[in-house]
Amino acid sequence: MKSTPRTTRPLSLAVASLVGIPLFISGCGSAGTSASSTDSVKEISVVDYYNNEPDKSFIGDALTACGTKAGVTIKRETVPGKSLISKVLQQSSSKTLPDVLMLDNPDLQQIAATGALAPLADFEISTDNFAEGVLSAGTYKDKVYGLAPTVNTIALFYNKDILAKAGIMPPTTWDELKAAAATLTSGDQYGLAFNANPTYEGTWQFLPVMWSNGGDEKKIDTKETEEALQLWTDLVKSGSVSSSALNWTQADVKDQFLAGKAAMMVNGPWQIPSLDKQPALQYGVVKIPVRQAGQTSVAPLGGEVWTVPQTGNKARQAKAAEVVSCLNNDENQLAMAKVRNTIPSKTTLAETFAAENPKLATFTELIKAARARTGQLGEEWPGQATKIYTAIQTALTGNASPADALKQAQGQ
Amino acid sequence: MSLKTDLSHTAAGPARGKGSRKHGRANGSGAESQGPKRHTRRRRERIFQWLFLVPAVVYMALFFGYPVVKNLVMSFQDYTTATFFTGEAPWVGFANYVTVLSSSLFSTSLLNTAMFTLGSILGQFLIGLALAIFFQRNFPLNGILRSLLLLPWLLPLIVSSAVWRWILDKDSGALNRFLGDLGIIDTGIPWLTSTSLALIAVIGVNIWIGIPFNLTILYGGLQEIPDELYEAGSLDGATGWKAFRHITWPMLRPVVSVVLVLGVVYTVKVLDIILGLTNGGPANSTQTIATQSYNLSFHEFQFGEGAALGNVLVIISLVFAVLYLRASRRAVDE
Repeated sequence: MKSTPRTTRPLSLAVASLVGIPLFISGCGSAGTSASSTDSVKEISVVDYYNNEPDKSFIGDALTACGTKAGVTIKRETVPGKSLISKVLQQSSSKTLPDVLMLDNPDLQQIAATGALAPLADFEISTDNFAEGVLSAGTYKDKVYGLAPTVNTIALFYNKDILAKAGIMPPTTWDELKAAAATLTSGDQYGLAFNANPTYEGTWQFLPVMWSNGGDEKKIDTKETEEALQLWTDLVKSGSVSSSALNWTQADVKDQFLAGKAAMMVNGPWQIPSLDKQPALQYGVVKIPVRQAGQTSVAPLGGEVWTVPQTGNKARQAKAAEVVSCLNNDENQLAMAKVRNTIPSKTTLAETFAAENPKLATFTELIKAARARTGQLGEEWPGQATKIYTAIQTALTGNASPADALKQAQGQ
Repeated sequence: MSLKTDLSHTAAGPARGKGSRKHGRANGSGAESQGPKRHTRRRRERIFQWLFLVPAVVYMALFFGYPVVKNLVMSFQDYTTATFFTGEAPWVGFANYVTVLSSSLFSTSLLNTAMFTLGSILGQFLIGLALAIFFQRNFPLNGILRSLLLLPWLLPLIVSSAVWRWILDKDSGALNRFLGDLGIIDTGIPWLTSTSLALIAVIGVNIWIGIPFNLTILYGGLQEIPDELYEAGSLDGATGWKAFRHITWPMLRPVVSVVLVLGVVYTVKVLDIILGLTNGGPANSTQTIATQSYNLSFHEFQFGEGAALGNVLVIISLVFAVLYLRASRRAVDE
């Protein structure tokens, strides 16, 4: 008699688990897709990568305010910067994209090319007055898919005390930069710090000298780019920049500058809060030097764009567009730029902003002519950016001359 | 899979036969009348055997089979970011393999992978073995020291690589400071930023991480060797090196082959340590197949090419996995 329950139990267990596994899995997958489109929209979802304070709250407050204005509550999810793209890809394959999506600007065209984003023209969002670089970063095949309320770029920070002591003015040309860096190098202190690591960050820091000299990211084995790479190589070879630059991140560069181990550095305005925490440090910001006086300093454009993904729900998309439009209005641009140490992306706001925030004046000036990394190459950017940092690394380690390094990399 | 089920059948066969024979004997008569009943019972038993297998098979197919097959299929497709949204991935045959294998970077990565694996395994194994033999002796604090040696294993790899990145820094790193204070060096050694030193530095860190694994397994193997062998050996004059050469090493060989083969499989695919320390730089001098595959997939969004390179890595691991299976089977035969 006992044998009957004993044999059925494993059977039922096995059957239950067999039936249960797919149920469990499909349950996970279908969550969130069931929103009906006819109901009035009460809540929209947002994904961004501002997962650290204080930016997390600044952006969160702006989103909440814009949500209230549009009559919706915001369900926001912040993910670490490194995992945003994999999250977006995963969500686009499971058709669970959020209503509002933030993207780092060089990734926009990559994602727009998949068809996952809606053109902002569909919602009649105004793109007037935005800086040219900002629009080109948000544009894919002549349609604007994303707008950045505030943007950033990089410039040359210098330690006022160290330069004054050495009697040196902030450099404006490459020759001045080399001379100043050499004079400022002594003992534990390097004249300059930048980052030339084998990631897109290394490429990003090299772009100002490359672009200001007329270098072209599509074809890097040109005389203009070679001259720029020669400058970077000379600075490292002469010892004015530590060879550790090959492995530094921008945060490491800032730490060197903070510790007084570098008299100048190439970095962005997002470092200002940490620099200001050290009241003894007196620093100034100038444009990154150009080869010859008279050339324009062209800076690369950084910052995040806000987009409206193709979720298939028109009512929700309309509300999402209202929020994106609100984030980009004049008032929000000025407020967010001020608290986050970034620059408003509308050129019409530049003058007022620079006057009110003198620390950011140089950056504000640079944004007018700043170029988007994906402006020319679009989705081809990652491949070409890899070639650029490979060439930088090859030249700085002395494995090849700048000309050969660029030729090798372009041919790869 | 079929091999396994066959084995389980034959293994279960005789046992079942014995059981029923006993059963039959106890009942004495009426063996014929039980014939059909026994038949259905046998069939039911077989069904149950299969049912017990089902969860394992489902699990294997879902979590091992699917990713491997998917990766294989992906490597023959033009799989891009767009594929995730549209689901379209055009078939491109061997184009991805041709691209990654003919890239000038492939030979560099392959050589680096080989040197990284060989150097790491050699260092980990020799130091691990020496420490295992050392800890065989009885001395105070033996247990505490041995558990402290497990520390590198317990730390998250991202943490260890961040700490090592600071230790090995050229200007303010602890190692260069230490060597400088001793008067051995005048200027900082660029451990992680010199093309000739970076790979050595990365191997060194990986050895540090791998020692606990080698130590633990080899120590366990040493404990299994009966003391009598050493006693008998010492009577015949085999002590010290001779005892190691003629008693310890032959007795430890099965464990050694397991440690080495598993070590290779673990080391070939190391990713986080290299990414944390050098990101494959400077100038690709620490770029391995694993890091290159990661870069292709997640930074350049060439998922097809990344998958192709990943499969090359799988094949290399597979060769060693087969060696492992053969070695362990031979150990059983012995």
